[in-house]
Amino acid sequence: MPGLTQRQRMSIPRQGMPEQDPQVRSANFDEVALGFTEELAKREADRCIQCARPHCVEGCPVGVLIPEFLSALRDGDMLGAVRAMKVNNSLAAVCGRVCPQEVQCEQTCVLARKGEPVAIGRLERYVGDYELARRTCPLQRAPATGKQVAVVGSGPAGLACAVDVARQGHRVVLFESLHSAGGVLVYGIPEFRLPKSVVRGEIDYAAECLGIEVRVDHVIGRILTTQELIEEYDAVFLGTGAGLPSFLRIPGINLNGVMSANEFLTRVNLMKAYRFPEYDTPVRVGRRVAVVGAGNVAMDAARCSLRLQRLRSLSASESGDEVHVVYRRSRVEVPARAEEVHHAEQEGVIFDFLTSPVEILGDASLGVAGMRCIRMVLGEPDSSGRRRPVPVQGSEFEIDVDTVIFALGTSPNPLVFLGSPGLERTKWGTVVADEQTGRTTVRGVWAGGDVVTGAATVVSAMGAGRRAAADIVGYLQDVPETW
Amino acid sequence: MYEILRKETLSDAVKLMVVSAPAVARKAQPGQFVIVRTDEYGERIPLTIADFDAEAGTITIILQEAGKSTLQMGRMQQGEAFATFTGPLGHPTEIACFGTVVCVGGGVGIAPVYPIARALRDAGNAVISIIGARNRELLFWEDRMRDVSDELIVCTDDGSYGRKSLVTGPLKEILEQRRHEIARIWAIGPAIMMKFVSLTTEPYGVATIVSLNTIMIDGTGMCGGCRVVLEEGAQFVCVDGPEFDGHKVDWDILLARQRFYQEEERAAIRRWEHICRLQHAAAEGG
Repeated sequence: MPGLTQRQRMSIPRQGMPEQDPQVRSANFDEVALGFTEELAKREADRCIQCARPHCVEGCPVGVLIPEFLSALRDGDMLGAVRAMKVNNSLAAVCGRVCPQEVQCEQTCVLARKGEPVAIGRLERYVGDYELARRTCPLQRAPATGKQVAVVGSGPAGLACAVDVARQGHRVVLFESLHSAGGVLVYGIPEFRLPKSVVRGEIDYAAECLGIEVRVDHVIGRILTTQELIEEYDAVFLGTGAGLPSFLRIPGINLNGVMSANEFLTRVNLMKAYRFPEYDTPVRVGRRVAVVGAGNVAMDAARCSLRLQRLRSLSASESGDEVHVVYRRSRVEVPARAEEVHHAEQEGVIFDFLTSPVEILGDASLGVAGMRCIRMVLGEPDSSGRRRPVPVQGSEFEIDVDTVIFALGTSPNPLVFLGSPGLERTKWGTVVADEQTGRTTVRGVWAGGDVVTGAATVVSAMGAGRRAAADIVGYLQDVPETW
Repeated sequence: MYEILRKETLSDAVKLMVVSAPAVARKAQPGQFVIVRTDEYGERIPLTIADFDAEAGTITIILQEAGKSTLQMGRMQQGEAFATFTGPLGHPTEIACFGTVVCVGGGVGIAPVYPIARALRDAGNAVISIIGARNRELLFWEDRMRDVSDELIVCTDDGSYGRKSLVTGPLKEILEQRRHEIARIWAIGPAIMMKFVSLTTEPYGVATIVSLNTIMIDGTGMCGGCRVVLEEGAQFVCVDGPEFDGHKVDWDILLARQRFYQEEERAAIRRWEHICRLQHAAAEGG
C-alpha cells in the first residue's frame, strides 16, 4: 500500500509463514513451509520503510536488489518485483527457501534493531515461485561471442556462475557427475525443505533461456580431465563442492546401520528411497536413531529419519521410535539455523547435548547394538571461538540405538583433480583461489563455493560463483597476457 | 540415454549387453566399472566393465539377474536404453609384465577378469586362467578366456562341465607345484569366492588382488556406503578400489555389509514378480 506512513508501516507485525502442522508433516515428505499468499506477501512488503541507505543489501552475498523488489511488491507490481529480483539472483525460489536470512539480509534490516526484520526470505520465495509458475521475465542473453566456458558441478556455485557467464553470450556447458543437476540442492537438502520440482524448474528455466547445455553423468577426473577441459574451453570454473563425508575415528564405525549423512540423504533425496518400493533404492532406519553432529545436515538427517519412522509406523503401529541428535557442545553452539532446530524439536527430535560418542557397539550379526558416549563440559574457547568441549572423566554411558548417522561436515572430492597438475590445494583439500575473483593457480581455471571454502551455505557458494563469473567475463573480453 | 546395441543371453540368468556410451568407452580401462540405472525409478548399480571398444564407442556389461534391478535390466531389449551409464569409475588394473600370473573368474566375475587377462597377456605375462561356475549353464566366455590364456582350467561346482571343483581346488594345486613361478593372482567373483581364494593363497605369500562389488550409490566417494575395512583402516571401493589386496580385506564385515538390504531386496523382487505376472496376464487376456 503506497499511502502508509512510516509509523503505520512499522506497526504492522511480521507475517508468519503458513506451515504444515508438526504432527501431520512429520509423517510426510511434503514441504513444511507452505508459502505466503498474495495478501500475506503484500502486508509483509508494506513493512519495508525503504531506507535511504539500505543495510539489507549489504547482508546479501549476491547483492539482491532488496528495496527495489520490495517496493514493487508493495505497489502490487509483480512484473517489477521479478525484474528487480533477477538482476542479481536467478534462483530466488531456491534462495528464498534455504538461505540463512537471519544472519544475512534480515540481520542487517533496520527494523531488526527495535523489533522484527522484514521477512525478506519469505518474500523472495514468493517472487521466485510466482516467476517459476508464470515465466513472465525470461533471462536475456547477449549475442553469441563464440567463446565457450566449462562449468564443473551444477550445484549453487556452478549454477550461479553458468547463468552469469551465459547471459553475456558465451556458450556454457555445465557438467554434473550425478544423473540430475543441482548438486547439494538435489542430493542433500530434503524435499520437505526444498522440493525437487522447484530446483528442476529453476535450472530448466535458466538453461532454456540461456542455452546452457547440461551434461549429467559426467564425472570430471574420469570421463574427462580438468586438463582436457582447459584445452577445449576458453575458461573452466570448478564448483564441485565438498562432497566427501567424515566419520569419527572410533571403534564400530563400519558396522551395519552406521552411515554418513551423505549416504542417508542421497538415498532419501536423490534416489527417493522414502517412496521405496515404488522407487528401487531402499533406505533403512531403525527404531532408535542417533545423528551425530548438529549442523543443518544433521537436522536434515534427523528430520528425514523421523519421517521414515512415522511412515513405517502408519502401517505397523510401533511405539518407542526415537531420533536423537548427539552433539558434544551445548545448545548455544549449535551450528544449524535456529529455524531448523525449532522445526526438528517441534517434530519430536530429541537433543542430547554435551554428549560425545566413544564407541559403537556391535551385535553378533555385525549390526549396531548401542553407542557408548561420554559426557562433556565446556572449557576455554578454541580456535573457532567456541568453547572447547572437554570429556568428564568416568562419565561414560550407553545409549540404546540401532542406527547411527554421522553428520560431521564434508570436504572437497579430489576426483576432479585427477590428471590435472598445477592446481594448488590446501592441506584440507580445498582449492587455492583468489577470494574476489576465484582465480586458481592455473591459468584459465576458476573455482568457487565449498570446493574453496569447505562446507558452507548455498548462497555463499552462489556469491562465489557470481564473482568468478564476473572475472571470467572480463577475462574473455580481452584475454590478458598475465594471469 | 544409453542405447543397448546388442544383447546376448549367456544363460537363463546371465545377460550380455553392448551399450552405446562413446565418452565412457574412450577412457575405459581394464578393472574399471560403470554405474547403471534403468529408468527414473531405478537404483544406481555398479557393474564392472567386461569389455570396451573406443572406436565403436561401446561398453560391454554382463549382468547376473539376482535382485529386482538386475532382473529388470535383464528384460531390457536391444534398442532400449539405460537412463544412466556413468563411468569409467575406479582405478584401472595395474598392468605390467610380472611373469606368470593367475586370473580367477567365478560366475559373472568371468566377465571383468577377461579384459584384465587380455591386458596382462598383451603386456607379456604368461597367463593361467581358472574359470568356474555353479554349473555348466552359468558358465560363459570359455572361448574368449582360452584366447587370452596360456593355460585355462574350467570347473563347475556340480561337475556338470569341466572339472568338479571350486576354483580354489586347481588354484591350490598350481601354488603347490609352481609357487615360485606365480607372481600375482587376480580373483573376481562372488565375495565368498574371493574370500576363499585369498585364504588359499595367503600361506603361499602370493600377492592376490580382488575386485570388490559393494553397495554403492554415487560411485564418486560421496556416500561412503561402499566402505571396506582393510588392515590399515576403512577405504572406499568406488574411489580407492575397486581392486584391493585380498589378504588385507576384512571379509566378515564385507559379507555382513552386503547383506544389509537383503530384506528390502526380497520385498522388491516379490513386488516385481507380481507386476510381471499382472502384465503377463493382461497381455494374455488382451
